[in-house]
Amino acid sequence: MGTTDSTANGRSFGKGTGLRKKLMTLAASMMLATSAQAATPPTSEVNTTGLAVTDDTVKVGILHSITGTMAISEIGSVQAEKLAIEQINASGGVLGRQIEFVQEDGASDWPTFAEKSRKLLRQDNVAAIFGAWTSASRKAILPVIEQFNGMLYYPTFYEGLEQSPNVIYTGQEATQQILASIDWAVEEKGAKTFYLLGSDYIWPRTSNKIARKHIDKLGLKVVGEEYYPLGHTQFNSVINKIKLRKPDVIFASVVGGSNVAFYKQMKAAGIDFTKESPLLLTISVTEDEIRGIGGENVEGIYASMKYFQSLDNPNNQEFVAAFKEAWGDDMVIGDVTQAAYLGPWLWKMAVEKAGSFDVDKVREASPGIEFTKAPEGYVRIHENHHLWSKTRIGNAQRNGQYKVVYETEDLMEPDPFPEGYQ
Amino acid sequence: MKDSPVVKWFASREGLYYLALALLLVVVLPVMLDAFRLNMVGKYLTYAFVAIGLVMCWGKAGILSLGQGVFFGLGGYCMAMYLKLEASTPEATAIQSTPGIPDFMDWNQITALPWFWEPFNSFAFTLIAVIGVPVLLALIIGVAMFTRRVGGVYFAIITQAIAAILTILIIGQQGYTGGINGITDLRTLMGWDIRTDEAKTALYFVTVALLFVCLFAARLIQKRKLGRILVAMNTQENRVRFSGYDVAAFKIFVFCLAAAFAGIGGALFTLSVGFMSPSFIGIVASIEMVIFCALGGRLSILGAVYGALLVNAAKSGFSESFPELWPFAMGALFIGVVLAFPNGLAGLYQTYVMPLEERLFRRKPKTDGSQKAKATAPAQTPGERGKEYDPLIDQYSPEKS
Amino acid sequence: MFDGYTTSELMSIFAMQGFAGLSLFSVFVLMALGLAIIFGQMGVINMAHGEFMILGAYTTYLTSSAFQSYLPGLFGGYFFVAMLFAFLVCAALGAFVEWAMVRHLYRRPLDTLLATWGLSLILQQAYRTIFGAREVGVTLPDWMMGSIQVTDMVDLPINGLFVMIIALSIAIAVYFLMYRSGWGKKVRAVVQNRPMAEAVGINSAGVDRATFALGCGIAGIAGAAFTMIGSTGPSSGQAYIVDTFLVVVFGGAQSLIGTIVSAFGISQAQSTLEFFLSGSMAKVLTLLVVVGILMLRPEGLMALKIRR
Repeated sequence: MGTTDSTANGRSFGKGTGLRKKLMTLAASMMLATSAQAATPPTSEVNTTGLAVTDDTVKVGILHSITGTMAISEIGSVQAEKLAIEQINASGGVLGRQIEFVQEDGASDWPTFAEKSRKLLRQDNVAAIFGAWTSASRKAILPVIEQFNGMLYYPTFYEGLEQSPNVIYTGQEATQQILASIDWAVEEKGAKTFYLLGSDYIWPRTSNKIARKHIDKLGLKVVGEEYYPLGHTQFNSVINKIKLRKPDVIFASVVGGSNVAFYKQMKAAGIDFTKESPLLLTISVTEDEIRGIGGENVEGIYASMKYFQSLDNPNNQEFVAAFKEAWGDDMVIGDVTQAAYLGPWLWKMAVEKAGSFDVDKVREASPGIEFTKAPEGYVRIHENHHLWSKTRIGNAQRNGQYKVVYETEDLMEPDPFPEGYQ
Repeated sequence: MKDSPVVKWFASREGLYYLALALLLVVVLPVMLDAFRLNMVGKYLTYAFVAIGLVMCWGKAGILSLGQGVFFGLGGYCMAMYLKLEASTPEATAIQSTPGIPDFMDWNQITALPWFWEPFNSFAFTLIAVIGVPVLLALIIGVAMFTRRVGGVYFAIITQAIAAILTILIIGQQGYTGGINGITDLRTLMGWDIRTDEAKTALYFVTVALLFVCLFAARLIQKRKLGRILVAMNTQENRVRFSGYDVAAFKIFVFCLAAAFAGIGGALFTLSVGFMSPSFIGIVASIEMVIFCALGGRLSILGAVYGALLVNAAKSGFSESFPELWPFAMGALFIGVVLAFPNGLAGLYQTYVMPLEERLFRRKPKTDGSQKAKATAPAQTPGERGKEYDPLIDQYSPEKS
Repeated sequence: MFDGYTTSELMSIFAMQGFAGLSLFSVFVLMALGLAIIFGQMGVINMAHGEFMILGAYTTYLTSSAFQSYLPGLFGGYFFVAMLFAFLVCAALGAFVEWAMVRHLYRRPLDTLLATWGLSLILQQAYRTIFGAREVGVTLPDWMMGSIQVTDMVDLPINGLFVMIIALSIAIAVYFLMYRSGWGKKVRAVVQNRPMAEAVGINSAGVDRATFALGCGIAGIAGAAFTMIGSTGPSSGQAYIVDTFLVVVFGGAQSLIGTIVSAFGISQAQSTLEFFLSGSMAKVLTLLVVVGILMLRPEGLMALKIRR
């Protein structure tokens, strides 16, 4: 498995030769079709602001950490974005232009992110950037993106409280993820008491704040709320506290290496998640994380996300197959990876709707864009640049996959500045 | 005029080194690089402040601090707090539930500006705090440690723990500090937009100017008796103590000096990058700063500047072209420098380039005192040069460090 | 905070809290023993200590994969083999590093810090290239998971017990090796007076290499044990480094007993504080107390009386 990962790290689209051939033939036929419909519009028309667009190529940037502590999480996003770009190119590109990507390494270091985003916008003149993962890295590059009027597609579920004209948020904001899941726990599982636990930074704190307000509104009780430093590996004391307080639900937003320690120690302390007492509801463990934690350690926990690899719909089956063909059979796809995959597609559709690569026009065209081929089913861009999406609850299985047990009927409206939750 | 000591010094070989650095930073780089790259160089130079401090504190006095990031970060945070308050006008933050306070406070249900933020409305106070806060902390640490004769490895590890404590504190108190995101989205300095290219270029020159102020301050100390005591302390601490000097006081002084330099560097960093985050306070950042100093040459303040420039340029360069390989390259660089060139670039220069210079200059006839020609350097006899180059430094052996 | 609980509930929580403290203690002992040998006895500041631990963890991961594929019948016992491998692999790398790098730096202890920091960068990236940037999951045999139920409320985690046993046995083994064997005598002789040791015919270069390798090997065993309770990823090792150094320094660098005493003190403080406070503040307070005591007593808790 080491080899596949190292190709994943590589700059080239390593394993995809088979896929590439197939896509190329497909592309050739589609190219014929598109070129018959309309000739490629001249560059002077579609690019009036000096972006790196030529008659047959357009440059975009990919900016994630592929070294440092965050590389663990961000690799999947890089893979998904490259796959989407490859697929778009195979189907004729954007406005008749093939997408070329410039990949930069944020190195898990926020100033590096700022520096590299500056480079992408100033030196490479990219038409869009797909990137950033942590809130901190997004906050670091946001002023740069706004100053030079770039376009960022940000894939991670995050805390909300932000709405930039220069960013499309393809992951869920906190209320989308949290409200439905707490309602579900209360209605389906009869939960009355909650223990909130997270890593110590802004996303868990904001998420728990929203969760607490919502629990209060429902007239139920929070019996504990706690944060541990990032990278903390000793959870025995908190596990004892949980045992003492006996909550119905542990609402966990622990991230990174701490996750592994937390679930292993919970399991070792005799807490069997499959018995659901307490029930563990998390918003931070995707299939990617389970690989590190081990399926046997999280079997039985519930996760609230918008996407699980096991989703049963034709779009997703196609996506999973293409992803595995490109990056190896043992790949798993988590929520953020799927959200990252949406980025290039949403950008392509906005560009084509606008008939231009100009960032202002793309921004204007973005709200209302629908992506019916999204692996998660269907998404639409809201006026506030977040996505309408369904929220789903998955039950973790021993094999590291989630079984979807609940799905909201309607699309959840994104609400980055929720009234009454601040 | 011709014989004024300043002119004489600039015509000396040491003066020429400073002139060469000035030429590089003020003329060559701004002409060669575009605004974007120049801003990057400006950022690297802010690390050079820390490196100069480390030369004084580690190279000369033998006190290795692995917590210089703390002082760099504190300076940077002081400046960032001022800029954030300026950016958080009630108009700009109208959508918040409490307008007029920084956005991250609003997200954390803080409804009034905390008391320790209040003074940072004043620019004058901020300027004092940029140096004052790091120096105060250094003073507390220094008094506690050096009067009890904590030194060497112990000191290094305790400073490392302090860096860890401060990082956890800042991340944990996100309502007051911005947490792990840091203080971001800084826009103007007294109404002057710091995000434009012109502003960045101007800030670059401010950085260069302050860098030279620090360089001269460090040089002045080196040349005085104070500097010699520091070096003496490093090699033979007990002899210095028995000679009647208060060793602890000198150590505290040099540690505070390094903290002050780091604070200035941090403040300039905030200005040139536009934000400040706890990642600069942490252990990784602090150790990297030691590496800049080690690569440049731990005994040479000029070397430290070149070290900071080179390591960072290499880091950017490597990571742009070979993102997967740069940690290998950096690691190899550290090991190589430590094993093969313990005195860093400056040591290499002294061993290989200086003899060449000497041969070159010796042949040339003595010319007048004009500054332009490099050939003015050999106006001195080797004996006089001996005075310029501190014999203690030449005999210094890193074994005792 | 204890309103509304019965006495028996409180008793069992305190019992489990005591156990939590003990298992943190054994984690600290495991982390610190290797470093106490390398740093305390040899004066080498090994910043790559965490990376050696992760190497042990990756070795365990490989061994478990190999057992799963080739010897599924013996999977239950793979962990003991893995620990042996972890020790050997890490000791071998340690010996190599000592030969290639550290032996040139014995007279410059602060420089070992920089060089081993470089080494840790290289090792991290090597793990990333070989094993991928993602964390790997180490599968444990079934008997090592779960807990022993003592009473209704009191569950003792089996892997916690296991870590304790490993920590204890290694501590005892190191004690006998260092203080009761001829080899240990040589090591201590070299530490205390190198020229004299050489003069009486001790091969000090060989002793150095073996000591360094031993320290690294113990780090490897610690890493193997930590796969049971923590994560295994390219940069997981960095999480341990500050704690480890503090434990060793706090105990008094040259005293192995001191290391154990300090591991006990720090772990009890941290786990008790974590119970009564929130996690981040507990960590900050623990570190502050340790730094505070170190300022008052810079030589650590159990210092050897030596001339400085």
